[in-house]
Amino acid sequence: MLNDKKLFGIAAIFNTPDEIINAAKKVVESGFTKFDVNSPYPVHGMDSAMKLKSSKLGFVTLVMGLTGGALALLFMYWTMSVNYRIVIGGKPFFAFPALIPITFEVTVLLGTVATVVAMIALFFKLPNNNHPLHDTNYMKSVSADKFGIIIEANDAKFDEKFVRDFFQDLHPLNIEMIYYPEEENYSVFQPKFLLFLFTTAIIVSGATYFTLNKLLYITPFNWMDDQEKLNPQKPSDLFSNGFGMRTPVEGTVARGFIPYPYKGETNPVHVLSNPFLPTKKNLELGKAKFNTFCSPCHGYFADGDSRLRGQFPNPPTLHSKRAIDFSDGMIYHIITNGQNVMPSYASQISRDERWAIVNYIRALQRAKNASSADLIEINKETGTNGAN
Amino acid sequence: MNIDYSNEKSVVAGRLTLAQIEDLVAKPMGTKPDKKFFIAISISLTALLIGAISVGLTFYYGIGMWGNNQPVGWAFAIVNFVFWVGIGHAGTLISAILFLLRQKWRTGIARFAEAMTIFAVMCAGIFPIIHTGRPWLAGYLLPYPNQHSIWVNFTSPLVWDVFAVSTYFTVSLVFWYVGLIPDFATLRDRATTKFKKTIYSIFSLGWMHSNRHWTHYEKAYVLLAGFATPLVLSVHTIVSFDFAVSILPGWHTTIFPPYFVAGAIFSGFAMVVTVLVFVRKIFNLENIITVDHLEKMNKIILATGSMVGYAYAMEFFIAWYSGVSVEQFVFINRALGPYAWAYWIMVSCNVIFPQLFWFKKIRRSIPIMIVIVILVNVGMWFERFVITVTSLSRDFLPSAWAYYKPTLIDGGILLGSFGLFFTLVILFTKALPVVSISEIKAVADGAQPTHQGAENHA
Repeated sequence: MLNDKKLFGIAAIFNTPDEIINAAKKVVESGFTKFDVNSPYPVHGMDSAMKLKSSKLGFVTLVMGLTGGALALLFMYWTMSVNYRIVIGGKPFFAFPALIPITFEVTVLLGTVATVVAMIALFFKLPNNNHPLHDTNYMKSVSADKFGIIIEANDAKFDEKFVRDFFQDLHPLNIEMIYYPEEENYSVFQPKFLLFLFTTAIIVSGATYFTLNKLLYITPFNWMDDQEKLNPQKPSDLFSNGFGMRTPVEGTVARGFIPYPYKGETNPVHVLSNPFLPTKKNLELGKAKFNTFCSPCHGYFADGDSRLRGQFPNPPTLHSKRAIDFSDGMIYHIITNGQNVMPSYASQISRDERWAIVNYIRALQRAKNASSADLIEINKETGTNGAN
Repeated sequence: MNIDYSNEKSVVAGRLTLAQIEDLVAKPMGTKPDKKFFIAISISLTALLIGAISVGLTFYYGIGMWGNNQPVGWAFAIVNFVFWVGIGHAGTLISAILFLLRQKWRTGIARFAEAMTIFAVMCAGIFPIIHTGRPWLAGYLLPYPNQHSIWVNFTSPLVWDVFAVSTYFTVSLVFWYVGLIPDFATLRDRATTKFKKTIYSIFSLGWMHSNRHWTHYEKAYVLLAGFATPLVLSVHTIVSFDFAVSILPGWHTTIFPPYFVAGAIFSGFAMVVTVLVFVRKIFNLENIITVDHLEKMNKIILATGSMVGYAYAMEFFIAWYSGVSVEQFVFINRALGPYAWAYWIMVSCNVIFPQLFWFKKIRRSIPIMIVIVILVNVGMWFERFVITVTSLSRDFLPSAWAYYKPTLIDGGILLGSFGLFFTLVILFTKALPVVSISEIKAVADGAQPTHQGAENHA
């Protein structure tokens, strides 16, 4: 029955470290290469007895440590000097001394983790819980307080009888034949495993749903959405009218606001005087505001040719005698106060903008009612024949 | 000079065989927890629960629940952070620096000290994160490409802290796990139940005690120790930069890095001794963690305690010698001002009491030792308190001076951190070998070859 199993190797167990050192030396002398010593702790002198080369692990540490340091420094250089430059404490963008701590830490971190990962995965080829040595009496002994040596069956010089006799001469405690374990096959479709997958899926998706849709809206995780303070529309028990928002006291004047003295008068006796000269800049502002607020009814050239013609009572032209005779202050009053169907534009158009519109209307009136004498003036100014 | 090393005192007392050592160390994992265990863990869990409630209240209502306010914006959180990071330093010192110095006696205590490092750093890590007020956004501490398209400030000591502490935690954990692999394999091979065997098999990664592995493993241990040594010194240096890089009198000093490192080793060893004294008694490890080992640790406590005392004196000297009046004020204020009580607790616990360790009898007397090391722990906590609070409470602007008082929540969180630490320690004693089985076997009597008659001596 034993013959069905494939032989992995033959192992011998010894009691003392001296014996195992001796055995290892003998095995090397006999020319075996695929052998190993197993001991509960590293035995001094075993590496030279087995003629093992010094470990190359240090190169991994060196390379990965330097890589870590270089990457850290490069990354910090890129973030602080290229990607998003901020002057901090008057330091240069690449303040090397202040970057040393992190460079050092990342060197250590990458060096350490890479060393351990390389050792386990590359040098040891672990994890491997399916190795033939596992669950053998041999393994149990060397795990505790014995010292074992094993010659593997795939060694070029391996011969079952020879190895047995060879070990016998060393007077071991015990000789053990190690076989490959029987292959075990697991199906992915086992009910237990499927149940496990299903449960995991339910828990993970449920937890994700809860976190993203519920937890993030619960105090204190809700990004301080709900704060103990009064917003404009919130009620408050503190005030008798129950409003959280307060109305300003009588006569309060908002910052930058100058009250209009003739508010509500239809035909004011007094009006304000125009504080602005019709400079080019002022006229441009006036044009922009006129086109935005006035032109929908009065038309771009104040002809009363409204784009809304027919939907509202037709607005008057501003080129009428009456309109031309209005004082600047009267036009300002009409914009501010409104007239007939026209509402007040005080809330949309600022004070200065209203005066700019007044100046622009004046310019339009002048342009529409030009005389040939004006051309002479233009020709004088520009040196060209304005009539052309 | 001829020194006879053959008469060196054995690290393991009582001439135990390898099997006896293994049985002794593995015993707590094979037995059901007894009444003492449940009493101990219920006390530590109660403390942890109080801490959890305090932290919960802090999260819900905000850190206004703490005593921090202008001008003392840094108080218990940073004090506890520095305290716990300091505790963590003993483990790496024992496992890495003493390893490089070939101190065999470290084997009995290294595993435990490393575990304490990890737990202490976990406790420490909580404080800066909860001090942010919204710890679920702690990811902002890391440099990752985000929608704000801005990066963390790599020139800030607080970001250095993030890197130093997280690196320290990772490296300590890796170092600890690497040391545990052979022990997991040993436990796997002694496991009696299928469940235990499966767990240990997974964590042992299929380790086979092969000498072809041991050779790399020993090399890796040296490399890791070589990395961990500057790392452990860098971590508390960087923690001290949190203070030293600022311009506050009493913080802005170049003595801070070495002074903090010495203090960290001091407090860390005190905590290791505090816990080990009980552990060796409860788990009958007197032969593995011997009085000799404790005495050696007490010597280190004496040495580092004296360094800390020197640093205290030197701060005063420099304050006088520099001729800077604000600096002089800060130190006179420390010793004689409103926090004089804390200052004198610190000086007596850290400088005066550890001096008793000059006497061999006291170094070897367990009851006296316990009292002194607990006082050292208290004193080192107060050291951080004095540094943080006295400098802040009376800074440049006298009209802003205020007396800081912690709240109950502050106290609850501090208690909770002790609860977390001791809960983890207690669980560790039942779940993992508190002494490295493979390392302690290697230094037992007769564990190494005599090389008698061997021509090629390794």
